[in-house]
Amino acid sequence: MFKKTLLTFLTAILAITFCFSQTKSLPNIDLKTLDGSKFNITEIENEGSPIVISFWATWCKPCKKELNNIAEIYEDWQDETNVKVIAISIDDSRSMSKVNPYVNASDWEYEVYLDTNSDLKRAMGVSTVPHTFLLNSQKEIVWQHKGYIEGDENELYKEIKKLVK
Amino acid sequence: MKKIISLFVSIHFCLFAFSQESNIGVINGDFNLNLQSYQEDSKIGAEAQDEIVLNNAYLNLNYTRGNFATGIRYESYLNALADFDPEFKGNGIMYRYATYSIDNLEITAGNYYEQLGSGLIFRSYEEKGLGIDNAMDGVRLKYVPIDGLYLKTFIGKSRTHFTYSDGIFRGADAELNINQILNSELKTKIIFGGSFVSRYQQRDNLIFQIPQNVSAYASRINLMHGKWSYFGEYAYKINDPANVLSQSQMNYANGTAFTQNITFSKRGFGISAEMHRTDNMTFKSDRDRDGKAYIINYIPTLSKPHTYSLLALYPCATQADGELGIQFDIFYKFKKGSRLGGKYGTKIAINYSQINALEGGPSFLNDIRTHKPTFINFDEVLHYQDFNISVAKKINRKLNTNFIFANQTYNKDVLEGKPIGDYGILNSTILVSDISYKIKDGHTIRLELQSLMSSQIEDGKQPKEGDWSMSLLEYTISPHWFLSIQDMYNYGNEDINKQLHYVNINAGFIKGANRFEIGYGKKREGIFCVGGVCKTVPSSNGFSLSVSSSF
Repeated sequence: MFKKTLLTFLTAILAITFCFSQTKSLPNIDLKTLDGSKFNITEIENEGSPIVISFWATWCKPCKKELNNIAEIYEDWQDETNVKVIAISIDDSRSMSKVNPYVNASDWEYEVYLDTNSDLKRAMGVSTVPHTFLLNSQKEIVWQHKGYIEGDENELYKEIKKLVK
Repeated sequence: MKKIISLFVSIHFCLFAFSQESNIGVINGDFNLNLQSYQEDSKIGAEAQDEIVLNNAYLNLNYTRGNFATGIRYESYLNALADFDPEFKGNGIMYRYATYSIDNLEITAGNYYEQLGSGLIFRSYEEKGLGIDNAMDGVRLKYVPIDGLYLKTFIGKSRTHFTYSDGIFRGADAELNINQILNSELKTKIIFGGSFVSRYQQRDNLIFQIPQNVSAYASRINLMHGKWSYFGEYAYKINDPANVLSQSQMNYANGTAFTQNITFSKRGFGISAEMHRTDNMTFKSDRDRDGKAYIINYIPTLSKPHTYSLLALYPCATQADGELGIQFDIFYKFKKGSRLGGKYGTKIAINYSQINALEGGPSFLNDIRTHKPTFINFDEVLHYQDFNISVAKKINRKLNTNFIFANQTYNKDVLEGKPIGDYGILNSTILVSDISYKIKDGHTIRLELQSLMSSQIEDGKQPKEGDWSMSLLEYTISPHWFLSIQDMYNYGNEDINKQLHYVNINAGFIKGANRFEIGYGKKREGIFCVGGVCKTVPSSNGFSLSVSSSF
């Protein structure tokens, strides 16, 4: 029985990998806005310009480093490419209440949403934060990156520019 | 097994059916592998394992198309890493679900994660690093009859390791967003919520009438006005004594928990004040079992989750059975161009938390003894206290600095469940400096120096670890490479044979959604916490490999 399951499992993976193209749209998942309302991630909008989705948490050092570094050059990025950055916090009830004070104090211009039950995190295959996705004009995921090391924002910006050529 | 096979058949069927259309849906997921070798090192107390190498791995696979989603997780513990519960053993598909939504009704069958309110009475979640996964198996319905009213209900059993525990959970939650319902433009936003959960577990105690259906309730309110926000939740749980007399001493007292926070923030400035109180509020999926795998509610720890290693050396852990805590946070940014802000601005974060025992211990009720602690009393035994201040400043385009001062008080006996008097209460003053320098485009070198100076507030019988130092040097080349070497040195240990270095070397490669890391080194025996939950990590010595990938 177990072998049979494993076999089905493997064929399923193979079948799935072959069948599916590379373009991926966003899953149909509800998040919360900072004022407590429900918001479906598929409703994000940037009028045909690229969107960056970054998963972060108030307790995650590299996440904050990434978003703070981008914040410094965000105006330039927007002027040149119209890109919009969306920061999705995975803080749970321990640190959720600190998201808004932290975001405001840090002077971030990003749209910020809360994924307190990690539903979107799971649905997008994010195992650790930070994890950054880049979406094209059709809101399809075209690029993703795990982790953050100093300077990674330049790599991300190269990818953004590819989309607005 | 049959269910799993039929799930696959259905996936195949879906593939077949959808391949005719242009939109065939989306597949994604992630894979993680952690391998660790264990060599003996008698000095640090590290033991060799019979298997030499231990392994944890899992693969998540999700398929979504429009309003339909299904997925599985395959897990492999051959055998589980030494810091995991050995009951994680073997291979299997431990998570599979299917969900769809139509006309504002969402139906999920199989496994799901759910949280009611802030989790005081119920939270089913996963935290891989801790070995926590109490996923539910059952059905769940979510319904939005009108905009602003959110209903959900579920029934299921909760996962413990590779099986499901005895208790059956039935839960429901309603949330009412007043402004949405009334479609009003009121400046004050109000959200009410109420939740209920009940556990059924058969009684097998012939003498005592312990409840078979244990229910818990909670109500919450969220108020927002301009720059202010308030959240409060109160929870109540009926008595839940264990079958075994020795475990609960037949405590028939009810449980209560209360949490609230208030925040104010504007551009460049934010504050948050929190308070919580919990009394007799451990809620388990099996009344007769102990251990974190059986805990089904979540009482978040009221302290800052630290990431620097010496700041997290003595972490706070929630005592769900009874504690009273407060916490304050201030975030401030000195503006660019101001005297203290300099060219790039300076960020300051101040945090204070204090957690005390309840007066005379948690509530207790039986034929022999009755006790009910006063509601607010901060004079009781101190569990934990932390004052820390962090200053982050970018000096120029190349040089970035972060300095932290902290003073922590740690009641080791209470927080680690040791006999009272063994270790007493210790106080540590910690300094951290973190400096990174950009050598050229993409190349960054980072130096972290930490020092922990320790003293005893209340003495204990056991030998003290005393002072620690930690240094780390890291070199990163964006976007692909990182290399770090770190040394934790317990130079102040009372036992001269234990004044040891714990050296670790790690190197890694990242490309897009794939990450590889190898490491070698010694780990200190200690406590590792995420949220309010902790695990003890045994000392170890050996190689590690981790592979993580998303697709």
